[in-house]
Amino acid sequence: MALLEHTPRGLYCAAGDFYVDPWRPVSRAVITHAHADHARPGHAAYLASAPAIGVLKTRLGAHAHIDTVAYGETRQLNGVAVSLYPAGHVLGSAQVRIEYRGEVWVVSGDYKLDYDPTCDAFESIRCDTFVSESTFGLPIYRWQTHDALFGAINHWWSANAAAGRASVLFGYAFGKAQRILKSVDPTIGPIFCHGAVEVLNRSYRDAGVVLPETQMVSEVDRKFDYSRALIVAPPSAQGTPWMKRFGDYSDAFASGWMAIRGARRQRNVDQGFVLSDHADWPSLLKAIHASEAERVLITHGQVPVMVRYLREQGIEADALETEFEGEGGAENDGSTAAAVIPDQDSASAV
Amino acid sequence: MKAFAYLYIALDSSTRTNDKVAALVDYFSAAQAEDACWAVYFLIGNRPRQAVPSRKLHEYAAEAAGLPLWLFEESYDAVGDLAETIALILPPPVEVSCLPLHDWIAGRLLPLRQLDDTQKKQAVFSYWNELNPGERFVFNKLITGGFRVGVSQLLVVRALAQISGVDAKVISHRLAGDWQPTAENYATLVSKATASFDISKPYPFFLAHPLEGGPEALGDIGDWHAEWKWDGIRAQLVKREGEVFLWSRGDELVSPQFPELLTAAVSLADCVLDGEILPHKDGAVMPFAALQKRLGRKNPGKKILADTPVIFLAYDVLESAGTDLRDLPLVERRAILHQLIYSIPNNTVLQLSDIVRAPSWATLTIAREESRQRGTEGLMLKRRDSIYGVGRVKAKSGWWKWKVAPMTVDAVLVYAQRGHGKRASLYSDYTFAIWKTIGEKKELVPFAKAYSGLSNEEIATVDAFIRKNTLEKFGPVRTVKAELVFELGFEGIQRSNRHKSGVAVRFPRMLRMRTDKKIEDADSLDSILHLLDRF
Ligand SMILES: [Zn+2]
Ligand SMILES: [Zn+2]
Repeated sequence: MALLEHTPRGLYCAAGDFYVDPWRPVSRAVITHAHADHARPGHAAYLASAPAIGVLKTRLGAHAHIDTVAYGETRQLNGVAVSLYPAGHVLGSAQVRIEYRGEVWVVSGDYKLDYDPTCDAFESIRCDTFVSESTFGLPIYRWQTHDALFGAINHWWSANAAAGRASVLFGYAFGKAQRILKSVDPTIGPIFCHGAVEVLNRSYRDAGVVLPETQMVSEVDRKFDYSRALIVAPPSAQGTPWMKRFGDYSDAFASGWMAIRGARRQRNVDQGFVLSDHADWPSLLKAIHASEAERVLITHGQVPVMVRYLREQGIEADALETEFEGEGGAENDGSTAAAVIPDQDSASAV
Repeated sequence: MKAFAYLYIALDSSTRTNDKVAALVDYFSAAQAEDACWAVYFLIGNRPRQAVPSRKLHEYAAEAAGLPLWLFEESYDAVGDLAETIALILPPPVEVSCLPLHDWIAGRLLPLRQLDDTQKKQAVFSYWNELNPGERFVFNKLITGGFRVGVSQLLVVRALAQISGVDAKVISHRLAGDWQPTAENYATLVSKATASFDISKPYPFFLAHPLEGGPEALGDIGDWHAEWKWDGIRAQLVKREGEVFLWSRGDELVSPQFPELLTAAVSLADCVLDGEILPHKDGAVMPFAALQKRLGRKNPGKKILADTPVIFLAYDVLESAGTDLRDLPLVERRAILHQLIYSIPNNTVLQLSDIVRAPSWATLTIAREESRQRGTEGLMLKRRDSIYGVGRVKAKSGWWKWKVAPMTVDAVLVYAQRGHGKRASLYSDYTFAIWKTIGEKKELVPFAKAYSGLSNEEIATVDAFIRKNTLEKFGPVRTVKAELVFELGFEGIQRSNRHKSGVAVRFPRMLRMRTDKKIEDADSLDSILHLLDRF
């Protein structure tokens, strides 16, 4: 029996009697990160990284039974050694290292290798079996450098400010929004956030991440002049009456899907910024090679493509089933899902 | 190339008219005439012929990116646009080129077609290596023959008028016809001097907006002029200094294709007429299909001229004896037009479009019901005081097309392909089939393609259905389980040997999804053949 197996409740470790990011209620869940499709409510006990605790609580409620470990610290679960390492995805995101009788598995969860000032950088862990996500597992996805990208965002904001119009930037409320806030140049103008974003800003600040000063839109007068302001809002705010107060504004959407012109047009915003919290194609390959794993299991996105490509490269690769598979999800830029759950990160979002 | 690529990207990504004009003004203020002429040429809708076959580009791109071909195809499937896929998939350039646009076009792109396969490949690889991803995208669009810019000619003209101080109408007129990209032509285009005039030049066509809902909202019928809307070739007949030129709406000189019209215009006074070329025999207009025999055929032979004669049905006059009449009210232009046509002796070829007279909108609505029997698409409504504008301007212009409801048929979705532009990531281009009895059996035969008419939500629903019910993938095309029935509307139908169904339809579009119908309820070929007689 493999150390981890796909079951109807989720990825299960029989030896340790725990699940990783299960999607139905279980007695013990090890959680990679607090995005909604990974951290579901209803489990009896949670184990997560110490930096994740704040955001997890905003997600699961104060009463959830959450146990934490520091990055690198080992916890024995029924004789199975479990430890968490930074995944570079969002605050508190972790890869789960599982060791039992000399065999090591690493479940990456969602990850990226790119620079992100709001969370610890991805750490490559040697293992026998590496479980990798593949949201952007096609060679068309290559991210720009942090400087080039935020240079473009700052340029857009200051050009709008000069033209006397507000800049509304849509991005997922958890992770993406804080990365934006921490990376833009706050000297250009005042920064405002949608309530859904501000809740998570608080968790980040409580965890010691310094963010520039932000104000909640609901806190200022409706007649406020936003012409020099940057407003960070979840994608679900697009096209709602909430937007009216900004008067003349330019809008933009920050997401990895914005790499594709068709997706940019479908979003119907003035600008698409290619900003993702997932690994691009070169990073996926880099992380897989760095793990030195004998076997790679692919999940969460472009599964058949990555499996076939890795096999052709001489790497033993297989698909790992999850509940949210399907090409449709990964390609649709989450426009429908996002409307319901603004800050959800799933196969169909971020 | 860099400046032009930036311009292209700015125009492509912006949805605001003012931003587009600003980008154009920036570009043309800085560009040299040798480059600007090419930019104008492409922006007004010209595109180079395909220099490299698409299939070859797939192979080149996969090889240049060091990827297996299947992975390139998967990527293409996700992007939905070849030029874009290549731009995204190639590794970053080695050294970026600063070659100006005209050198790229005249020195590299146009000669590409003439090269043999090996040289072609070498050239494309080295060009890719000199361009950043944005420039590559534009370059690829140019060599695949699929170059299109998200800007109307009107905006280009507005920007040129702004930088040159020349009136926009003058620039439009200078651009009309077969404008060639030379530095001299560009200089003339934006020159304040009224230089020597090309006597063949037509005017930009004025276009109508579709009328949604009834005509009552237009006010008093007494302010309006109604004519039949014919389905032929919209054209301008230009007669100056005794010479005759015929221009189609695509700015194509079609004079050699219609010698009988040139002959008929011999006794016409100098003027410019807007009208429709229609196949016409024994006193009646023939179906559009008849005209297709005349299209693209220069200097047609006796038999064709006898089988499918044409007339020019004049709607409007834009110039008379060298005077631009476009700012006159329609009624005054119409009076001049009447005079011009009826001064021609023994003329049956240059005809005047009939005015459909009705005392009320209700009576006119009844008259419109006859459209199909008359072989027309409906009515044109023009304000009696309307000027002859440029292009398809805002609805206030006072020209409306009021079409009759299309013919409809229920058909089954059988193939799907990704859309373009906004819909590149969705399956939004569909092929529909109807039943055909072959021997004992009934079989679904493809009959029409359609890609417009659904709302975004409907497209999303159909897209999800397609992904779950794909039977087969063949390149970008998916064979879909026959299950969904759609009501299709179309404008005309004719027999065709090139189609498996034996019929071809004009302007098919989806009217709605018929979730209430099963595929057995879809129409059969027999049930729609009777429509043939109606058109
Ligand atoms: Zn996530
Ligand atoms: Zn995820």
